[in-house]
Amino acid sequence: MANLKELSKKPELLTSGHRMCAGCVAPTAVRQMLMALETPVVIGCATGCLEVSTTIFPYTAWQPSFIHNAFENVAATVSGVEAAYRSLKRQGRVSSEFRFIAFGGDGGTYDIGFQSLSGAMERGHRMVYVCYDNGAYMNTGTQRSSATPRMADTTTSPAGSVIPGKPGRRKDLTAIMAAHRIPYVAQASPSHWNDLVTKMQKALAVDGPAFLNVLAPCPRGWRYDPAVGVDLARQAVETCFWPLFEVVDGKWKVTVKPKEKKPLRSFLERQGRFQHLFKPGREELVDALQDDVDREWAELLHRAGE
Amino acid sequence: MSKVTLTGNEVVAHGMRQIEPDVVAAYPITPQTDVVQHFSSFVADGAVKTEFVTVESEHSAMSAAIGAANGGARCMTATSSQGLALMWEVVYIAASFRLPIVMAVVNRALSGPINIHCDHSDSMGARDSGWIQLYAENAQEAYDNLIQAIRIGEHPDVRLPVMVCYDGFIISHAAETVHLLADGQVREFIGPYNPGRHLLDPDHPITVGALALYDSYFEHKRAQAEAMRRALPVIEAVAADYAKLSGRSYSTFEAYKLADAEVAVVVLNSTAGTAKDVVDDLRAGGAKVGLLKPRVFRPLPVSELVAALADKKVVVVLDRADSMNAFGGPLFTDIRAALYDSPKRPLVINYIYGLGGRDTGVDDLSHVFQEGLRLARGGKPELIVNYLGVRE
Repeated sequence: MANLKELSKKPELLTSGHRMCAGCVAPTAVRQMLMALETPVVIGCATGCLEVSTTIFPYTAWQPSFIHNAFENVAATVSGVEAAYRSLKRQGRVSSEFRFIAFGGDGGTYDIGFQSLSGAMERGHRMVYVCYDNGAYMNTGTQRSSATPRMADTTTSPAGSVIPGKPGRRKDLTAIMAAHRIPYVAQASPSHWNDLVTKMQKALAVDGPAFLNVLAPCPRGWRYDPAVGVDLARQAVETCFWPLFEVVDGKWKVTVKPKEKKPLRSFLERQGRFQHLFKPGREELVDALQDDVDREWAELLHRAGE
Repeated sequence: MSKVTLTGNEVVAHGMRQIEPDVVAAYPITPQTDVVQHFSSFVADGAVKTEFVTVESEHSAMSAAIGAANGGARCMTATSSQGLALMWEVVYIAASFRLPIVMAVVNRALSGPINIHCDHSDSMGARDSGWIQLYAENAQEAYDNLIQAIRIGEHPDVRLPVMVCYDGFIISHAAETVHLLADGQVREFIGPYNPGRHLLDPDHPITVGALALYDSYFEHKRAQAEAMRRALPVIEAVAADYAKLSGRSYSTFEAYKLADAEVAVVVLNSTAGTAKDVVDDLRAGGAKVGLLKPRVFRPLPVSELVAALADKKVVVVLDRADSMNAFGGPLFTDIRAALYDSPKRPLVINYIYGLGGRDTGVDDLSHVFQEGLRLARGGKPELIVNYLGVRE
């Protein structure tokens, strides 16, 4: 468990002055996660919003050491830094205890960076890979990814008169990472800061690879009032659209169980990307999405033995 | 110093063992595979302190190498053909990071059609990537280039990655008697690695890989281009030191019976060995022919090449890669352009040869020299760019 009073004394490792959009929840999530650190860290970042907005030459918003290489290879890049660390530590040329964190958006993680991620996790590098999942290629203007929710309106899965947004369901990446049999996998949301920081603490503590999938609402892509980003993340959890759970050494556990599972509609109707579902005659589409969530939630409870 | 008979790949693997990099990140591909296999054994047997990252692709090999080198590690890798093509994106990034990664490139044809045998289309495709490129006629040269590559790339005036290229199968898989330096000699020659600023210094955190837009990107690339220019004297200086240690002399190219030649053939790598035999045969008959074998293709040693070639009547450049530019191969176009400012310009023609491992023997090269001699006697070229040994 994280202690808010203690966390408030932590230094800001991602400083203000970066150019992430107003209302973007990604930097909020990153700042929460970095509060879990007790040692120096090297942070890697895939090409994406978080990278381009925080390191515009000659400025950087990162207090710790930071590396960006390309879009699809942050896991491989950080595995190289971690290998250098292991080698130099063994030789006595580096003495400090370091941790390694890789950040990628859903495009850089679910899609183009998936091979690099899978390889790095299988090899067992001691790193925490964090996907900040905003459900589309937001940096290039909201193109669909394999994390885009079914029926979301994006610029490459537009809500047309025939096809109502993205056709298929999103990939269950968190489960796929659990299938890598790494010591720690979790899904989290910055709306539940204590759960998120605790999960990062656990991820940093394991002697091996860890993966966190963190919801990061995007005001441009989701099309919401910038003031309500964290609140939307909370609704995603309360509707079970984005359940919070962890998989520790293969054991699944729901970490935050909503007292009352809210209807998905309340989450969808606040976002521009789902507005086409609320036109007359399309009621069954919202029902279909609710069915998806219900099935996925039941599946998760089953996996967790509940 | 020891005299051993090993394949080219084994020699290179031993060179890597002696260099003992902090990190090696590599992925197997024919014909490079033995390098990775032998090096894996050195790691498994505790012969090296190297952290060996067995990545899942060449793209990740170079990505991990970039991470490791930015972490302050001396880092090496090796690849061929499709592997180099797959890592193309990050090959450029390694150079722009100014990381002295050394990579053995066992030259193999690029697909398609898929082919596992030697040509130079792989490394030629990376000629504008910002890497220094060294080429080797045989296993001995590949080994010597590998050891020198560490010093060249890490020199503070340079700080660039280096490819050490040698011919797939012809050199990589053929056994050759070579002289290896003693482990201690290599260690002393390369010295300890000074990475400069790196990610693993907790007191001086840095950001690398920042976004550089129109107000700074150009300056970054300009500095990189200048480093490539500064590499030439460093390559010469390192070769001079290496000659003292090994007794083997290197320059930016080898001139074989070239000084008084009227016809010069320019060719890279193993085919130069065959060409030397042809030069000897023709010289015995009184023909004034010679050979220029480039060792350093990037940076291009323009003034040295011009000094060696400008007084020839005919220069025949052989390319084991086609540029697919409806003109000529990459070595030809560079050498022809280099000679443009020379007051006296030789006739420069091109042969594309040996693609996909097509054997290029004494008869083929005799034909090339004879054509050069015909032109030197005032004959007119039928074509400037020709294809050697292909069914038309």
